[in-house]
Amino acid sequence: MNLPRTFVLLAALLIAVAIVAAGVGPYRIPPLEVVRAVWQRASGGDVPGAVGTVLFNIRLPRVLAAAVVGAALSAAGAAYQSLFRNPLVSPDILGVSTGAGLGAVVGILFGLPVALIQLLGFAGGLTTVFIVAALARTLRGGGDILVLVLAGIVVGALAGAAISLVKVLADPYDQLPAITFWLLGSLAGVKSSDVAVTTLIVLAGLAPIILFRWRIGVLSLGDDEARALGVEVRRLRGLVIAAATLITSAVVAISGVIGWVGLMVPLMARLLVGPRFDRLLPASILLGAGFMIAVDTLARSAAKIEIPLGVLTAVIGGPVFVWLLARGRDRGVR
Amino acid sequence: MRLRRFAGIACAIAGCLALAPASARSVVDSAGRTVDIPENIAKVFTAGPPASTLLYALAPRDMMGWVRAPRPEEKPYLMPAVRELPTLGRLTGRGDTLNLEQLLADKPDIIVDFGTIADTYKSLADRVQAQTGIPYLLIDGRFQNTPAAIRLLADILGVKERGEALAREAEQTFADVDGVLAKVPMDARPRVYMARGPEGLESGSRGSINTEIIERVGGVNVVEGLREKGGLVKTSLEQVIAWAPDTIVTLDKGFARGVAAKAEWKPVPAVASNRVFFAPELPFGFVDSPPSVNRLIGLTWLSHKLYPTQSPGDLRTQVRAFFHLFYQVDPNDDELGRLLDGAGG
Repeated sequence: MNLPRTFVLLAALLIAVAIVAAGVGPYRIPPLEVVRAVWQRASGGDVPGAVGTVLFNIRLPRVLAAAVVGAALSAAGAAYQSLFRNPLVSPDILGVSTGAGLGAVVGILFGLPVALIQLLGFAGGLTTVFIVAALARTLRGGGDILVLVLAGIVVGALAGAAISLVKVLADPYDQLPAITFWLLGSLAGVKSSDVAVTTLIVLAGLAPIILFRWRIGVLSLGDDEARALGVEVRRLRGLVIAAATLITSAVVAISGVIGWVGLMVPLMARLLVGPRFDRLLPASILLGAGFMIAVDTLARSAAKIEIPLGVLTAVIGGPVFVWLLARGRDRGVR
Repeated sequence: MRLRRFAGIACAIAGCLALAPASARSVVDSAGRTVDIPENIAKVFTAGPPASTLLYALAPRDMMGWVRAPRPEEKPYLMPAVRELPTLGRLTGRGDTLNLEQLLADKPDIIVDFGTIADTYKSLADRVQAQTGIPYLLIDGRFQNTPAAIRLLADILGVKERGEALAREAEQTFADVDGVLAKVPMDARPRVYMARGPEGLESGSRGSINTEIIERVGGVNVVEGLREKGGLVKTSLEQVIAWAPDTIVTLDKGFARGVAAKAEWKPVPAVASNRVFFAPELPFGFVDSPPSVNRLIGLTWLSHKLYPTQSPGDLRTQVRAFFHLFYQVDPNDDELGRLLDGAGG
């Protein structure tokens, strides 16, 4: 398969998945009615009644949110995998999800409104990575990637311990279930205003990654080689970490902790388009958005109750990943 | 040092084992376990919040502490004697916060758990009893079993008279609701969604201990369960709209306050017709949390909310009487107002 065709195919797949997702849900709306309502809305009209609310206030924002979350986590994962020169790295390597989880869980413990819980999640993610970066800098002048990862593991473990402590302190009848559901990840409560804010932050974080995609690609050759090619390694690394952290914190704040996507989707993309970052990034974004929409559609329509996203990404992603791995080996594209 | 501590525990266990048969009688708990208990019981450890509430209603002087110490807003609705009791931690399944050595040091006469009777809890009770030598009793916490549960614990604690009064009141509450339901035809029964969590998207499915009260008051819980016994679930707004409940009962104050202003909740019939009821939560939740005797007044409250014309009597008077009998407090008008109208309930 040549490259442009792969990208066209991925884009087509994303659009197809989004259209199917818009037509599926527990509130039955016939496909024709979906098309008519979208057309009516697009031409400036208003769709009255439950159909309009379900479609434009609940389902479409959620599909969009899934796309943004999937794209963001995958892009952050791809950037980290190039940055750390290791395909087994996920966006969580520096503790961002655990930190965001801690922020949100504390919000739930104190019974704060949803918007504040999200804000605390966002702030928790940013703060955690900031502490990790500062710690690494103090220890080794910020030059060593190993120290950075180790600091991430330590701070992440601390945040994880703090989450466990909050769980023990929480009211087992009210707060503990809320905390558990939050940590498993879900887009059930997403509103259009959440999606708008998150999309803006994600775009702001994606911009530097897209702009510097060539240099990030060069980073994967190794620090010395990158330096020889005129890349300011330390500054670029700081920028990528800041951007990826911004993106991940923003999406985790509205979706809760969703594992696997940021690790697996870039790997899938790598099997499809190879390891070059300028190709890997768009492929990861397209694939991540499509994958997450598909998973979230299942989460909201497979059963009468919500299935946690974290569970589904692993259950669906695992086998797909193994299949791709087997296929990739046959064709020698690893 | 460590050896001495161990020796101390060993002595304590031996002491309990040696002492217990001397002045004991045996009772059969709800799980069918025959347990030897001392004749005079003065200190009871409760394994979880439901048991704490039951014990508080029956014999507050036997309380050693709370699973979680009362919050400031809860204290006015509790007897002064128990307001400042300490936090002791919990022992039931979902993450113990209690140290068995501490339990031995506190020397309770018995341990009581009030809730679901399952093999997990049975084996936990057997293990703790074997380890500590303290009699461990399980009492069935299903709502319908409340009068029997009250009588069982009253018998164990030797407060039969008070137990009989409370059990009669419980039976009367059930009978009153049955009387109301006899006047409400099946197709006029409400379809209820119980909203929990800050977003109102957590609920309990049919048959769960958390939503029993909805079924008892004649409502249909719209959340069909995946399992026969039900449990807490997460759902989505679209699913709630598809279920189209005509009534929402919520445990979350923030949700109750904000839901009317949220455009995306408008298609839910209950929100459109302004039938969102915030369950009072002082000193214990009215419909759940914990699932214990506190749900009796919740049943009366729900009956008034769901069937205002058919329900007999005045809700305020009934709440006052219940608090007087069960919690032994007399809230003033101010406190009663805060309790019932605090969040538009």
